[in-house]
Amino acid sequence: MKIALLGNPNTGKSSVFNMLTGLRQHVGNFPGVTVDKKIGNIKIGVETHKLIDFPGTYSLYPRSKDEQVVYDVLNDSSSQDYPDLIMVIADASNLERNLFFFSQIYDLGMPCILVLNMNDVAQRAGKHINIERLKEAFPGASIEGINARLGTGKERILSLLENAADRRPENKFLKGSEICSLDDLQCQEQEASLRYQQISGLIKEIQENKEIPKKDMNKIDKILVHPVFGYVIFAAILMVIFQFIYSFAAYPMDLIDGWFAELSVFLSRSIPEGIFSDLISQGIVPGIGGVIIFIPQIALLFFFVSILEETGYLARVVFIMDRLMRPFGLNGKSTVPLLSSVACAIPGVMAARTITDWKERMITILVAPLMSCSARIPVYTLLIALVIPNQTVFGFINLQGLVLFSLYALGLVSALVVAWILKIFIKTREKGFLLLELPGYKAPQLKNVGITVLEKVKVFVFDAGKVIMAISIILWALASYGPGDNMINAEIEARKSALAHQLDQEKTEQLIASEKLEHSYIGVFGKSIEPVIRPLGYDWKVGISLITSFAAREVFVGSLATIYAIHDDGEENKRLIDRLREEKRRDGTPVYSLAMGLSLMVYYVFAMQCMSTLAVVKRETKSWKWPLFQLAFMGVLAYVGAWITFTIFS
Amino acid sequence: MTESLDHIAPGQHAQITEILHNDLKPQLMEMGLIKGRIVEVLFTAPFGDPIAIKLNGYVLSLRLDEAALIQVKTTNELVNS
Repeated sequence: MKIALLGNPNTGKSSVFNMLTGLRQHVGNFPGVTVDKKIGNIKIGVETHKLIDFPGTYSLYPRSKDEQVVYDVLNDSSSQDYPDLIMVIADASNLERNLFFFSQIYDLGMPCILVLNMNDVAQRAGKHINIERLKEAFPGASIEGINARLGTGKERILSLLENAADRRPENKFLKGSEICSLDDLQCQEQEASLRYQQISGLIKEIQENKEIPKKDMNKIDKILVHPVFGYVIFAAILMVIFQFIYSFAAYPMDLIDGWFAELSVFLSRSIPEGIFSDLISQGIVPGIGGVIIFIPQIALLFFFVSILEETGYLARVVFIMDRLMRPFGLNGKSTVPLLSSVACAIPGVMAARTITDWKERMITILVAPLMSCSARIPVYTLLIALVIPNQTVFGFINLQGLVLFSLYALGLVSALVVAWILKIFIKTREKGFLLLELPGYKAPQLKNVGITVLEKVKVFVFDAGKVIMAISIILWALASYGPGDNMINAEIEARKSALAHQLDQEKTEQLIASEKLEHSYIGVFGKSIEPVIRPLGYDWKVGISLITSFAAREVFVGSLATIYAIHDDGEENKRLIDRLREEKRRDGTPVYSLAMGLSLMVYYVFAMQCMSTLAVVKRETKSWKWPLFQLAFMGVLAYVGAWITFTIFS
Repeated sequence: MTESLDHIAPGQHAQITEILHNDLKPQLMEMGLIKGRIVEVLFTAPFGDPIAIKLNGYVLSLRLDEAALIQVKTTNELVNS
């Protein structure tokens, strides 16, 4: 049996879903839309039923692209998701608006269950609901009161499920009502008016209101949305989250990095030499490592974001940020995705899921990678150390620090400007709006938080992970193989020259690696693009590093080290920097001049040098169109920006 | 005297008299903004936009553009929570 789980947002719908299915859930797709479909299994006796979680909605009539799935599925009995039974979760403390939606579902005439959740909140607010009387008003439905936060009521729901599918409403709640067509707004208005009229009458009969001196929620809100304290508190919370994602995630990430490096070495020793061994130890294993390494950041961000969401604070962040984001075609809900992109665009893009407006969500996803992420730091610091003198300007500002700050500012400003431009060009019928419920404050539920984190990690590893793996294997193959006898000749030449210069074994290995990379497909490609990148001040060596660092920006540093046959010592890259400073053009001027260094920094601010972000954008927009568009516009920005910079400073 | 909800100061109560014709109208009605209902403006965001209002049983925030569609008259009656 298929059961559809429906309800208003903030009714504890996902708590009920988690309570009924536990970890027996997975994420799928509703056909044709970008919404994720969570499916969970419920076992009753020998039978297993499928519980399908639909997007939270206030009405049967869709008000965003994502919500349309509810209307489409329930009005199409041939749909693969068409349910045998509908379960509507309602917030008992806000019965009127919740019954509005339930009565719409009831009037579809399908078997349905109404679950009144959060009875405790209702009682604390002095509301007592007469369930027997409610049952009389909806004779065709099964009705049960539960409390998912406290974990009570699971057994009662399960026993309801056993025979609820056999009952269906015979009469409509709103007599004579028919489903309106989606574009007949007048019909929908009339229905809303009549329905609320009838529900108001019903509420008076079934709900007793006791006067209870209320705790003033308003007071907390007045601090959290205060023009000064509101932003200070938000900034402080952000600082904590960033501290975790930025600094503390580095420990598990280093561990993962180390494990996969060791695993590669171990495998290359234990599998007989050959293409197969190389493919596994140098292609596949580092590819898997490159996916796993993002888990700490994703898990940490969603741990915090779902706590903020559960407590109700996130809605207040949206509330205070909305006005600031709006001129750029963004929404208050874009704040968290954009700011978390400063740590890493991947969880940032995934966090854009909460933006219901399609256009605002697309714009947020498209500009998120322009925020300077932590993978750019190694590139920035190398280049800054290389071309920016370590001196003080205006008496107290360190010039190197100032340049680093400017790069971050450039990223932020360009994200906002691009968002503003996209706002003009992306056409949509929907007008942006913000009708957002500010839910009451609640303690977060760790079970919900844990399941959210697990789900996000799974989605990333299994969906985006496939693309990342594929691209990293292709990049590895292109860097390890070359046309014709190139690679063998390169190794022979390197050995000869090493012998002639009496190099030790380590130096010889480095020279071989360098020569091989130069003669591989990527090396050939890097040389062939030299005319294209020369106006930016780059030579083919930089060209090769640009291509290899498409895997991830920080690869740029390691790749340069390989090309210059220098051991990557990690210690502020001192040897690499010294070597790069010696690099001269034919006319004797340094390759890594101020102009060239700045041009390269600007290039990395703008360019989409990250296959993992592309993979995750593809996953989130369910199409290759948007990641490719993003790759293109960021590439153009990077090229033009770098060219202008180089021209100005040289 | 009728005015639109975006002109009501925080702390004041107002009764909805009409919702202006707009694509958002059915959606506003579905959220419980129905003729005759009493709402209270609770507070505004910094810069005065969006605003938060209390209506039957919950707190809703909306932008001034949206609030401007809602015609109200001020009243001393309280919101039934």
